[in-house]
Amino acid sequence: MSRLLEVRNLDASYGSTKVLFDIAFGLEEGGITAILGANGAGKTTTLRALCQICRTSGSIQLGGKELVGMATEDVVRLGVAHVPDGRGTFTGVSVEENLRLGAYARRDKRGVAEDIERMYERFPRLRERRNQQAGTLSGGEQQMLAISRALMLRPRLLLLDEPSFGLAPLIVAEIFEIMRRINTEDKVSMLLVEQNASLALDLADNAYLLETGKVVVSGTSEQIKNDETVRKAYLGF
Amino acid sequence: MEAFIQQLVAGLATGGIYAALALALVMIYQSTHLINFAQGEMAMFSTYIGWQLLQYGLSYWTAFLLAILISFIGGMVIQRTILRPVERAPILTNVIVFIGLLVIFNSVAGWIWEHTVKAFPSPFPSDAWYATSYFSAHNIGSVAVTLLMLLALFAFFRLTPMGLAMRAAAQNPDSARLVGIRVSWMLALGWGLAAAIGAVAGMMIAPVVFLDPNMMAGILLYGFAAALLGGIDNPLGAVVGGFIVGVVENLLGAYVIGTELKLTVALVLIVGILMVKPAGLFGKHLVTRV
Amino acid sequence: MGSPNSSRGLSNPQLLAWIVGLVAVALLPFLVRNYVVFQFTLVWVYAIAVLGLNILTGYNGQISLGHGAFYAVGAYTAAILMDIGAMPYWLTLPVAAVICFAVGYLMGFPALRLEGHYLALATFALAVAMPQLLKWKVIEDWTGGVQGIVLMKPEPLFTFTLFGQKFNDDRWLYFMCLIVMLLMFWLARNLLRGRVGRALIAIRDHPTAAAAMGINLPVFKSLTFGVSAAYTGVAGALGAIVVAFVAPDSFHALLSITFLVGCVVGGLASIHGAIFGALFIQFIPNIADQISRSAPWAVYGIFLIVFMYIMPFGFAGLLHKLSYRWKTRHVGR
Repeated sequence: MSRLLEVRNLDASYGSTKVLFDIAFGLEEGGITAILGANGAGKTTTLRALCQICRTSGSIQLGGKELVGMATEDVVRLGVAHVPDGRGTFTGVSVEENLRLGAYARRDKRGVAEDIERMYERFPRLRERRNQQAGTLSGGEQQMLAISRALMLRPRLLLLDEPSFGLAPLIVAEIFEIMRRINTEDKVSMLLVEQNASLALDLADNAYLLETGKVVVSGTSEQIKNDETVRKAYLGF
Repeated sequence: MEAFIQQLVAGLATGGIYAALALALVMIYQSTHLINFAQGEMAMFSTYIGWQLLQYGLSYWTAFLLAILISFIGGMVIQRTILRPVERAPILTNVIVFIGLLVIFNSVAGWIWEHTVKAFPSPFPSDAWYATSYFSAHNIGSVAVTLLMLLALFAFFRLTPMGLAMRAAAQNPDSARLVGIRVSWMLALGWGLAAAIGAVAGMMIAPVVFLDPNMMAGILLYGFAAALLGGIDNPLGAVVGGFIVGVVENLLGAYVIGTELKLTVALVLIVGILMVKPAGLFGKHLVTRV
Repeated sequence: MGSPNSSRGLSNPQLLAWIVGLVAVALLPFLVRNYVVFQFTLVWVYAIAVLGLNILTGYNGQISLGHGAFYAVGAYTAAILMDIGAMPYWLTLPVAAVICFAVGYLMGFPALRLEGHYLALATFALAVAMPQLLKWKVIEDWTGGVQGIVLMKPEPLFTFTLFGQKFNDDRWLYFMCLIVMLLMFWLARNLLRGRVGRALIAIRDHPTAAAAMGINLPVFKSLTFGVSAAYTGVAGALGAIVVAFVAPDSFHALLSITFLVGCVVGGLASIHGAIFGALFIQFIPNIADQISRSAPWAVYGIFLIVFMYIMPFGFAGLLHKLSYRWKTRHVGR
């Protein structure tokens, strides 16, 4: 399997404050990689850097194409879908309009219509609320909507920022199960940022651990789960 | 009764004018979430461009369409050059820039074309088949044009992907970028369209009130009130609001308070309505969860 | 950007700046001719008006395009009291303050229902209505109708000569307005620094959280409207005294816009910014006039736009940014 995403020497800053220092990581085609760490470690910034939302230097290669220096809208068109922290839902329009917006960069109308149906099948609750204003949905429903919206792009790479945030454990389990299915059935590669390390390690193949903007540990999920010192020092379990 | 109907009709006629300008304001609001206080002066400037093209000998409809095209491009250029630097600045900073644009357009128009009042022709001949004793041909024609614009706008925003994208870009620019919408161009397009609508509004208004640099000042206020009354994010609301404002203003002036205080009372009434329906008559009260 | 200054007391450079500033301001009227003194007197007056607006719009987030109306009420209150009531001019100031506070407080209630643009429209309606209301035949006997009221300029209590210039009525008014301004600024600073200021900003930035913390929103917002109106009303009263004349057409809708310009250019949620805003709205139109006879307002508009590019957070915002850069110049990269 080839490397879909290869990141080297990545620095990122907000204004004049540097947040990421010389980060390197990668993702196999079809794989799931987790980025873990405490608050403020730079996990969200990593995802933002991939989408070129903040200032970056270094190299981000997606299937061989260099992303650094591109506009966010162009990165999206290469097949990168980002579910931001806080969901990023378009609260002022309906659920269905949110899904249509997810497919904005696509040209195939029939495919879009089919995909909307598939989303409703996967998340029946969204079908119930299809014409409802998206801002009135509960947290779990908005997360489902956010993921669906991202999937409407038919992305090569799905970036998820703290999908478990603020959700009840039962809903989180449901969502993580759906994410596993999306990966195996639709073959979507995923980069997952999570504070809930055990959940993330159960889903992901590989993981990178960030601390104050630097990668301190990397390896397969098995390796990290079995390494007691790493678990106790960084992951708290 | 006859007199009352006359006043009602006159109110609807002026209401059509306010409706057209209100549409332009709603257009800008839907694409940028800002109210463009310079809209009236831009519309006035576009009308002068139309007038100048007529002076150069072009036929009415050629000048009309060319003025709209120039305004469209001009609106986009203004957004890309003058407004871009303050795109991320606070709302009130943008408001001051709009005020700056307002006075610049007003002043430059007066400088180029002077303050002598000019006549502007109407494309609707006064003896047309649809002219009645109550409504002049121009009244009917301009209301028809306004309604056509409304229909086009409605279709654009509700039914086309680009219209949806524009609304999304205005509400949530960050998320819009993440679905591939080129937010900056959406803003520019919104301004271009609003300028074009303003041009049409100005060229429909000028035959009635005559062309001079200050012709839009009072109208902008009524247009603003009409847009808010109808719900600032609703084109249909803008048009309905425009007619209501026109009728209310006229009836108040004729029967209640005389022309001096009618502006005051009209505005007080509108504020009163807003108290009862704070998001406007047709506005959606957006629910936000904390 | 908009938070009360947490440092207590002044550092040495700040103290020095204050002393130099006060000396300069005290000597200024004796170094220029009467008309320029008059212009600077109006700067102090406008500074109070702009500060009033800032309390409402900058600190509390309630947009007002109608503060010209409060200015007019204050001016006419002073004028009528002096003209018909033969009240001494300095006594009209607190009376104007109280009356404008009441009017502002009452305006606060309908304002509670309106947000953002809608409030802007409602307040602008007030501003537009003012000249018409002032010309209303019913109250003409009091207001003087379209002609307005002509007032007597106050005499200085004592006189002397400095740098060859006599301490005349213009200079007397200059110092009076300056002292009133400093007093009101000091009052505002104390008010806004502590719990009140924080409550206002909390209401502006996150009303739901503010209410959840026990801040009584309706009362606070209406009180803020009242205080804001009182400040601008006092400015109006001073303005009437200084200009020695009030007429309906002096208080046109553009005046409210001018105050808003001063507020934003000076810096929202900043007290000292109001002075810069006042300087801007007093002198930039003159400068624009000198640059272009034929289209002075176009030049003014360009000034507005350029200022917003350079200082989108107003003059106070620019100062804040520069002082922050200076303080953190050694922080590592």
